[in-house]
Amino acid sequence: MRELAARSARPVAFPSAAEAAVTDEQTRTNVRLAQDTIRARRVAVAAELDDWEALRDAGAALRDRSLSRLRDLLPLLEDRVTRSGGVVHWARDAEEANEIVVRVARAAGAREVLKVKSLTTDEIGLNAALERAGLRPLETDLAELVCQLADERPSHLLVPAIHKNRTEIRDLFRERLGLEELTDEPRELAEAARAHLRAAFLRAKVAISGANAAVAETGTVCVVESEGNGRMCTTLADTLITVMGIEKVVAEWRDLEVLLQLLPRSATGERMNPYTSLWTGVREGDGPRAFHLVLLDAGRTRALADPVARPVLRCIRCSACINACPVYRQTGGHAYHTVYAGPIGAILEPQLAGPRGQPGSLPFASSLCGACADVCPVRIDIPGLLVHERGRVVRSERQGLEGASLRLLGRVFASRERYERAQRLARRLQRPAVREGRVRWFVGPLAGWGSSRELPAVPPQTFREWWADRDRA
Amino acid sequence: MTAREEILRRINVALAGATAQPVPRAYRVAGELDRDGRVALFRRRVEDYGGVVLESAAPGETIAAVLAERGARRIGVSPDLDEALLPVGVEVVADDRLTPRQLDALDGALTTCAAACAETGTIALDGGPGQGRRALTLVPDLHVCVVRRDDVVETVPELLARLEASARAGRPIVLVSGPSATSDIELTRVEGVHGPRRLVVVLVDRPPA
Ligand code: SF4
Repeated sequence: MRELAARSARPVAFPSAAEAAVTDEQTRTNVRLAQDTIRARRVAVAAELDDWEALRDAGAALRDRSLSRLRDLLPLLEDRVTRSGGVVHWARDAEEANEIVVRVARAAGAREVLKVKSLTTDEIGLNAALERAGLRPLETDLAELVCQLADERPSHLLVPAIHKNRTEIRDLFRERLGLEELTDEPRELAEAARAHLRAAFLRAKVAISGANAAVAETGTVCVVESEGNGRMCTTLADTLITVMGIEKVVAEWRDLEVLLQLLPRSATGERMNPYTSLWTGVREGDGPRAFHLVLLDAGRTRALADPVARPVLRCIRCSACINACPVYRQTGGHAYHTVYAGPIGAILEPQLAGPRGQPGSLPFASSLCGACADVCPVRIDIPGLLVHERGRVVRSERQGLEGASLRLLGRVFASRERYERAQRLARRLQRPAVREGRVRWFVGPLAGWGSSRELPAVPPQTFREWWADRDRA
Repeated sequence: MTAREEILRRINVALAGATAQPVPRAYRVAGELDRDGRVALFRRRVEDYGGVVLESAAPGETIAAVLAERGARRIGVSPDLDEALLPVGVEVVADDRLTPRQLDALDGALTTCAAACAETGTIALDGGPGQGRRALTLVPDLHVCVVRRDDVVETVPELLARLEASARAGRPIVLVSGPSATSDIELTRVEGVHGPRRLVVVLVDRPPA
């Protein structure tokens, strides 16, 4: 199943996963094409606004301000939603959130639950939890549907099936939806998804969504989308459950005037996405009769407690950093083996997952070129945070072999006598590994590192030795 | 300790010593265009995303023509829609809590809107007079929306300011920018997924209500 490696089984290191990914030519081509399309569009629509930089300043500042006021904003949001007939739940971790959702969905008498694409519910592994409870989650976002039908993990925040091209999607629909006549014309593929899901929307009992933001002072929850599946779920279901990370709350209604400009332009390169739904609790005669808002911590307070890493929580999940990333371009999203791929994943995942459960290699999956920070609409210093995460990984690995070797090296370099003795020792030890003046093979812990590298051999005579010999001669 | 207490306690500990900084709002709030300029921009932007825009002095007739052209014979309206907008020659069904299936059987929906934004080609619905509930403008495949020229603002901040009172009153709001679309296939925009695949905007002068 699409159970996620990052949170369940043993972590997979980025280098080994990436090695497999970079040899998958089809995926790389698909990702490159998609990246080029989206980059061009983002640049064009951002350039249309001459106050773009001022919007970024405001976006960064308003997210920071909301984070620093979380203690007040969350109870305020709770109060507003409750007063409008909604029910607010709090979940310390993924397990607790899943329990709440399963309980509410069961009580509503559902066997099938509709889902709007939500990274947060991917993060907590909600689909697997629903299935374990005998409920059938049905993804309604086109790309999520593709992933669900293909039994694959999403590979991109915004376009989870970015790794698949139109022909691959056509083949999948032909096979899984029994549509033998289908062509790979995107319009026809969209039409197929519409026909496939329509009946499910019309009979929807329970729907689950994430949230792009929630405004504390008005109790408004905001979902931004394109296809209309979000509207279907948040409008037609009898019971709506929204799972939202606690960091998504903003203070004021007018904060939306900033986010609703930054997000669509950075995400899909549109001036505005086709549909934005804004609602508060329940509304008599319009939409669901029950609304449940699940406020999720699951590592967010841990990131909040690290003043250096805290800005990672500003993230509005636009995926502009991913589209700009040269490493992602080569590997695609699956190599990260995490819900959040790309640059944002490399700094967010270690924070959310905590000291355990996370491959320490992720923050190293970057060349620190800074392309991500240039595009981030809320000005997260992604390269700076990558270095911060690397530091944490290295400090935690000090105990290991690498730490011991570095300490030994420090001692050797500190004294001339020890250094020269080490040189003579190395000259003897390297002998079997040297070909044409280069060390070509490595043993023990260096074997992996050396499989694609070589080193200049320690020369038969150093300059100092030659100088000393010359005097004697 | 309940989950609520525990999370709020964690936040308190995490934020010890943190202070809230003010938000610089140097971005553009008010637009500069006059009404004609706003309407012209709005028109271009809606068309850019695949919507159709018509100007009309006689909305009832224009709407009837729009519907006839698209073969729409049964359309849903909010029970409080201004009668001056009702087209002749088509069956008008008042949305009196129709079920989703009944909505699905309609050929289209005809509504007004709360406001519109030129810069992004957006129409905003907040359940006010003539707009109906959210399902009405979602399930039928065609949405014909009457927009008063005076209700077209230029910028996104202006649009949201217009909607603030509705938000505070707890009324659901939907922002619509063009017909339903997806960018999920190779990141190219394709129109027409789950929401109405056709969006027609009819610009009028006189207040419909
Ligand atoms: S880190 Fe910035 S660019 Fe990347 S997804 Fe988050 S908000 Fe967007």
